[in-house]
Amino acid sequence: MSETKPSLRSDNRAPGRFLRNVLLKTLILLIFLSLGFAWLNPIQGMGRISLYNTLYPGRLRLPFGEDFEQSYNLSILQLEAMFSSHEISAGDKPENELRVLLLGDSSIWGFLLSPDQTLSAELNKRDDVTDDNRIIKFYNLGYPTMSVMKDLMLLNFAQRYELDIVVWFVTLESLPLQKQVESPLVQYNPEPALSLIDRFGLGIDSQDTRFVDRTFLDRTLVGQRRELADLIRLQLLGVMWAATGIDHVIPKIYEPLQVELEEDLDFQDYQPGDLNSEELALDVIQAGIHLMEETPVIIVNEPILIATGQNSDLRYNSFYPRWAYDEYREILGAKALESNWSYLDLWDTVPAHMFTDSAIHYSPEGVKLVVDHLSATIRLAAHPLP
Amino acid sequence: MGLVHILVTLFLSIVIALLAKGKWRSWAILVASTLSIFWLQPASPIRHLDFWFPTLSLALAALVWQVVITKDKTRDRENRVTFLTIAGLILALGLTRYIGKGTLLTSTRPPFLGSITLVLILLAGLYFLISRLKTKGLTLASLGAIVILALFVVLKSQPLAEAASRGFRLITGQSVELASAMDLQWLGFSYIAFRLLHVLRDHTLGRLPPLSLREFVCFVLFFPALPAGPIDRVERFQKDLAAPTQLTSESALEAGGRVILGIFKKFVLADGLAYFALSALNASQVHSSTWLWVMLYAYGFRIYLDFSGYTDVAIGSGLLLGVRLPENFNRPYFKPNITTFWNSWHITLAQWFRGYFFNPLTRAMRTARVKLPTWTIILLGQVSTMALIGLWHGIAWNFLLWGLWHGLGLFLHNRWVALQRSQPGWFPQNLMSREALKVLSVAFTFHFVLIGWIPFVIPEVDQILDVFLRLFGA
Repeated sequence: MSETKPSLRSDNRAPGRFLRNVLLKTLILLIFLSLGFAWLNPIQGMGRISLYNTLYPGRLRLPFGEDFEQSYNLSILQLEAMFSSHEISAGDKPENELRVLLLGDSSIWGFLLSPDQTLSAELNKRDDVTDDNRIIKFYNLGYPTMSVMKDLMLLNFAQRYELDIVVWFVTLESLPLQKQVESPLVQYNPEPALSLIDRFGLGIDSQDTRFVDRTFLDRTLVGQRRELADLIRLQLLGVMWAATGIDHVIPKIYEPLQVELEEDLDFQDYQPGDLNSEELALDVIQAGIHLMEETPVIIVNEPILIATGQNSDLRYNSFYPRWAYDEYREILGAKALESNWSYLDLWDTVPAHMFTDSAIHYSPEGVKLVVDHLSATIRLAAHPLP
Repeated sequence: MGLVHILVTLFLSIVIALLAKGKWRSWAILVASTLSIFWLQPASPIRHLDFWFPTLSLALAALVWQVVITKDKTRDRENRVTFLTIAGLILALGLTRYIGKGTLLTSTRPPFLGSITLVLILLAGLYFLISRLKTKGLTLASLGAIVILALFVVLKSQPLAEAASRGFRLITGQSVELASAMDLQWLGFSYIAFRLLHVLRDHTLGRLPPLSLREFVCFVLFFPALPAGPIDRVERFQKDLAAPTQLTSESALEAGGRVILGIFKKFVLADGLAYFALSALNASQVHSSTWLWVMLYAYGFRIYLDFSGYTDVAIGSGLLLGVRLPENFNRPYFKPNITTFWNSWHITLAQWFRGYFFNPLTRAMRTARVKLPTWTIILLGQVSTMALIGLWHGIAWNFLLWGLWHGLGLFLHNRWVALQRSQPGWFPQNLMSREALKVLSVAFTFHFVLIGWIPFVIPEVDQILDVFLRLFGA
């Protein structure tokens, strides 16, 4: 019996027609796939699929970075994917662990610090244990944008990780109402943000046009191709994270800190005397405390640079004129007292020479100083007095 | 070459396949190839160099053709038309300087039309000078080969390329301090050089078929194979170009399959592996030998998938145009020894060196007055051939080391086979099953090649040694 080679049905057809049919069918398939993707919108769910904490260790801080080829890290705005790559997602919480979450901006994330120099790493190095022999383990959930709304969103998401204590670092720059939606993390996650605004009746405008409203087309496979690529990229970069422990490029030379200051009394859009508690998103902090219910939340006014150069009698640093910052401290202190917050003011803890490239970023030595000041408060929260 | 470049190349191939029939196909290929070398040429910080490099590629092709042709009056008119077409296209590209931003098909704005005209006149002068010298009986093939090799050495050697960059910067009045070897990225020059050298050598040996200028330029600058090969042979290419092929659904399917496979290999697999493939930077950062192995494996697969992916795209696009380019890879990582690996890795390059260097060299040594032992001839032949292949990638110690590693591997394998043949009793026949032996051989060869990639990817000899030692836990 002779074997015959199966021939293509298209043999007799003109190649032009054949190519046209192939292209048409491909196009139709692509359209169906893309529409199906938009309908199912699986991107957040896909973020849960992660090789971190299985094939390679979880990251010590949330993914953030601009130069992924050198930092082996990238900024990704999908909460599920961000948390799945973090060490906090590594299985169930051990019974002998007291889980402390650090929340805040780039100074908590550890800008210009390696992962083992950050506040959480330094606190973990102390190997503190509670009276009932639970290891106090600190998790870095800082993220380099300044908005307490962004922190509240992260805190809301992190609730699933059975937190025991939350230490929330704030500064004036992260509090003005109009700054709350400036963080891309808030803009690109409108659902959780709006849900929190609604739930706690926050003073942030839910109609703010900076919230990114994804249309049906934006949710298609084509529309979300960059998000998908970022999801894959984050997984691939995990190998280099595991192999090198690097997640941030620390340049040898960076823009020097501005210590000679402008003769400028403005703080953002505010003139002296304008700042009051209505202008600050203190309700977001209050919402965070409510959200955590019984879990202690420690509010920390984070250290800032107190410059001594030109015009330092008018300004503390390039961020803050003295009048604005002093009024802010007064407002925050009063609110903490009034609302019975657990509050720690560390604003002048770190000397000027320990700051690196900005008024809120400090060196490893600065981190150690902050840890020294923080330890007692955390210990108190971990071992509540009878 | 990015995805957009590939898709445009593919589109162009489909359009030519569908619309250009008969002799018009090669004319269309000529025009597409001429425009492609300008379009694909990366931008250079040296003013207008990204225009002059493609112009020089065309000029080299035309001049070498002038060196190697035998007068054929019947094709004079066609050759003149080809010549004018190429010159016209260059001038037309020059004219795009005056349209919009002036970067219609070139990475930066082309030079002034006057400069282009002047250069074209100079090149035409050289073209006719070669023609006159030939009529006086002068053989210029060796001189042509020397010029091409000299250009090659300058481009591949960092200090020379830097010096050349300084020279160009002086001419253009740009900062000499910023001179870098990276300024001289001449698209596809390596492959153009190999094709031209092959033609010059075959001309000297009297093996070259008659060629029209159109056929020759199409061969040298065939746009699907321009950036990453493969290196075809002119007589084979000419046959395909002249054949009255018609695109069928079967060939379109085969071509499409190759292109899609190539795109998947390059842009999904290779680019994915690139995130953690070994590099000089990450080799210094990694803190365990296990991860170093992972990165080395990633590099080994990445380089294969990247290169073979491009080859698949080139072969697929070529098929659409009726040109079946030679295969460059044949499952190289599944070969049981280093000799078969080199018969299946960058096949056309290996064949080129075998045909134009290894065979003539070993033949010369065998017939030399001073008789050398066979093993010495093989050692010298293998090591020098592989060293040259290494240096083809760049004139640097690391590439030389890579070449020597493979040269010695080939020599040792050759001697091993010779020993097995001469002393069969020394080798137990039933030590393990044939299959198990094959698996072991494949694994051994793969790891031999893999370790060889260390000097290929890391430029500093100290770091090469360091990585090598760290891989084994030192």
